[in-house]
Amino acid sequence: MYGNDYGPTDVAAPESHKDRLPRRDEPLNAADAAALDGYFDELIDADQRIEPRDAMPEAYRQTLIRMMAQHAHSEIIGMQPEGNWISRAPSLRRKAILMAKVQDEAGHGLYLYSAAETLGVSREELLDRLHTGRQKYSSIFNYPTVTWADVGAIGWLVDGAAIMNQVPLCRCSYGPYARAMNRACKEESFHQRQGFEILWTLARGTEAQQAMAQDAANRWWWPALMMFGPPDTGELAQQGHTAQSMAWGIKRFSNDELRQKFVDMTVPQAERIGLTLPDPDLRWNAERGHYDFGPIDWDEFWRVLKGDGPCNAQRLEHRVSAHEEGAWVREAATAYARKQAERTQAGAA
Amino acid sequence: MSASAPESDAWPLWEVFVRAKRGLSHTHVGSLHAPDAALALHNARDLYTRRQEGVSIWVVPASAITASSPEERDAFFDPAGDKVYRHPTFYEVPEDVEYL
Repeated sequence: MYGNDYGPTDVAAPESHKDRLPRRDEPLNAADAAALDGYFDELIDADQRIEPRDAMPEAYRQTLIRMMAQHAHSEIIGMQPEGNWISRAPSLRRKAILMAKVQDEAGHGLYLYSAAETLGVSREELLDRLHTGRQKYSSIFNYPTVTWADVGAIGWLVDGAAIMNQVPLCRCSYGPYARAMNRACKEESFHQRQGFEILWTLARGTEAQQAMAQDAANRWWWPALMMFGPPDTGELAQQGHTAQSMAWGIKRFSNDELRQKFVDMTVPQAERIGLTLPDPDLRWNAERGHYDFGPIDWDEFWRVLKGDGPCNAQRLEHRVSAHEEGAWVREAATAYARKQAERTQAGAA
Repeated sequence: MSASAPESDAWPLWEVFVRAKRGLSHTHVGSLHAPDAALALHNARDLYTRRQEGVSIWVVPASAITASSPEERDAFFDPAGDKVYRHPTFYEVPEDVEYL
């Protein structure tokens, strides 16, 4: 699963740091250039990794915290749409697979929270930012999973898009993020394949099953394309975070490049399954060597991201109540640990 | 120590090291939060060895680790910098001498 970096810049930045975030008309890294005596730039220019205790521009730190937190939140919230189908999976095989997948999403969230914490933000603070809506998660998880075929479409399309995004992040300039992505990517490919297999199987089933698979593809195709984030090439290149993130070696490709790669990879797979993707403009362009595709409804994207999607309120409510209802377990474990430690100390005295 | 008896309600941080298979040393794989060592070990198993990535796990309270310099670039490592004669390639030997 994956959360792209399209949140507002100042969400994660403490008040004292806001004036240090570089403006778009400033040279890159201008904010802290003096304080860093060029060492950070030397490492970036040499394509070396930045490690937690290195001096780094505050804007680099805040960009990474925002990006990794948003990514972690997406993994954690991403457990809900699929978890919804664990109790109704059509066979024991499918159920075991789905449980393993949802556990992986939890694991990916934890890798990412740990990596974000190396930048000096605490786990409590990160969870608080999610629970109070100050940080976002990928808008894809605000769509409902209404049929079993949606579980297939999430694995095939949503995890497929996530892999496309995450593979370049394995070479991200921040060491802990890159290492977390390495682990996640190794685990992710089973997610995509099990999703493909679900749709492949349905497409070879009864007419109703075929229709169910097609309906899922219809609903998930456009939101999957939106996962790569708003257009960021050509005239739009300076509007978002892409130019700065690429200069810092955090991002390696633009949103548009990754989206095109995903379309080129996925269209032949859809044809193989026997599904029609819901875009009348979708066709091979021999001149470009890529598939052309129709316009994306970015109004929908921003609407859902800002809270007006089908499931935003439900997802966040469920997350907050799970956290609150688990409080007694955390408190009990803490009390037990404290008591054991006291006993050990008393025994030693 | 805070790692074995948390002062606040926030669980302390543990660094996790996994031995991938017999014959290899434990390698750092990441970190996690847990209230005590036993749960840190359980959590580490669930988080870092879901696909049989290890045969042995160490968990270490992050607060118990002493690290070199705060920045990994200062004079601490300089003494080794000019001692190339510690490497076998430093020495010139005749080409026709074997097993050297």
